[in-house]
Amino acid sequence: MPILNDIKEILTGLSITFRHIFRKPVTVQFPEERRAMPERFRGSIVLTRDPDGAERCVACYLCSGACPVDCISMAAAEGENGRRYAAWFRINFSRCILCGMCAEACPTLAIQMSPEMFHCKRQVIDMVYEKEDLLIDGTGKDPNYNFYRHAGTGVVQPRGSGAGEQAPADPRSLLP
Amino acid sequence: MTWTATDIALMLGKIVLLYAIILTGAAYLVLAERRILGFLQDRIGPNRVGPFGLLQPLADVIKMLTKEDMIPKAADRLLFSMAPAMAAIPAILTFAIIPVGAPLQLFGRQVNLQVADLNVGVLFFMALSSVAVYGIALGGWASNSKYALLGSIRGLSQLISYELSMGLSLVPVVMLAKSLSLADIVNAQADMPFIVYQPVAFVIFLVSILAECRRIPFDLPEAEGELVAGFHTEYSGMRFGLFFVGEYINIISLSSLASLFFLGGWRGPLLPPIVWFFIKVGLFSFLFIWVRGTLPRLRYDQLMHLGWKFLTPLALLNILVTGWWLALR
Ligand code: SF4
Ligand code: SF4
Repeated sequence: MPILNDIKEILTGLSITFRHIFRKPVTVQFPEERRAMPERFRGSIVLTRDPDGAERCVACYLCSGACPVDCISMAAAEGENGRRYAAWFRINFSRCILCGMCAEACPTLAIQMSPEMFHCKRQVIDMVYEKEDLLIDGTGKDPNYNFYRHAGTGVVQPRGSGAGEQAPADPRSLLP
Repeated sequence: MTWTATDIALMLGKIVLLYAIILTGAAYLVLAERRILGFLQDRIGPNRVGPFGLLQPLADVIKMLTKEDMIPKAADRLLFSMAPAMAAIPAILTFAIIPVGAPLQLFGRQVNLQVADLNVGVLFFMALSSVAVYGIALGGWASNSKYALLGSIRGLSQLISYELSMGLSLVPVVMLAKSLSLADIVNAQADMPFIVYQPVAFVIFLVSILAECRRIPFDLPEAEGELVAGFHTEYSGMRFGLFFVGEYINIISLSSLASLFFLGGWRGPLLPPIVWFFIKVGLFSFLFIWVRGTLPRLRYDQLMHLGWKFLTPLALLNILVTGWWLALR
């Protein structure tokens, strides 16, 4: 009698689902409860510092060039010691897809992905993070790496003073 | 019987009370379904709006009412706007004949906890469930969309087929009670609920009401995997809400009918009758939700096969056997 078998199967199914009522739900109630994310999870972006505590970013624009959605913008500036830094650095997280390309492109390991998930915001403009919001105090994933120890900062002679070298051009007054 | 002012006031009072009870009942059945389905699937379900999500129905209603109400350009406007009402009103009307408790003695007069004790109650219920088919048929037809039309064709044939087995499974009950009135049917179960004499009819009725409510595993008219949303694909806003509420009111009304026909309605030891009634209706509603959380959807030919080749002949056989038994007793 196939029908008896069908009835048995249905009753088995019903008993299984009934037993599941008393199981503990697997749901994580997100804003109140949080799971610890794996170390390499791409939840948000931070700018790290080198072991000496100085900013690692040299404003080379590589991250901004690598970004598939063009959400990083910055302006480069140069310090007294010839060390480059970003005068401002901005990531628009409302466009960021957290792909991690920027972190891969960065030669100084300044920009890194962090497993911390940032909150959603009610205003889009609040999703735009400035350098102050991004910069953290630690070194991030590679604690001993220091770009300038490999590259050095000092410029041997002032720019444009070498033999046959022209003075640096001012792009804003580059008249024909 | 002449109607006095008190009679009319009493009747109106009962109607208003019943309305309030079934509409809140349906709203909270939706919430209960979502929570219980959640637990069945190791989830939690909606628990954010109010304590334990108890205000969720209110939020849903506000959402439905404030949504844009669209009528497709090619739709038949009159039928399109009538169809949701035609699905919901018969479901509500069924409650007119349902006795929810023992008659009360109030101020020296007998008050039936039933809006109308029709002497053809069972027929009235069968008639209303046939009228409810029009809501689906016209809703799908008037939308002028292929999915809606396919859904309503399926719904039509499904409801008509299962109405047959549902009606036939009620015949033995009527034979045992020797009356079509629901109050008499409940009274006839004073010493033994009919489920003891009629287990086969009970199972047939249970399967048929699952199909009548268009619930999983018989939700072919709205099979979202293949038909988007079936007959109510084109509906939005409160018109969709009416279909939705109608479905849940239908669950409550069919659950109460199942408990009236087979479990003795409001009869039960110790607890007051109304409490027994609500317990039984709650059990059936839970069964509906539980089955939804368990079974997959039938294929169309399996559905027709089950209805015509299995349930209907079985119900006829059951009538025959009951008749013999009643004659030989
Ligand atoms: S994670 Fe991807 S999208 Fe986001 S800033 Fe970096 S490169 Fe751009
Ligand atoms: S974060 Fe890295 S890649 Fe981006 S500008 Fe700074 S140094 Fe260059």
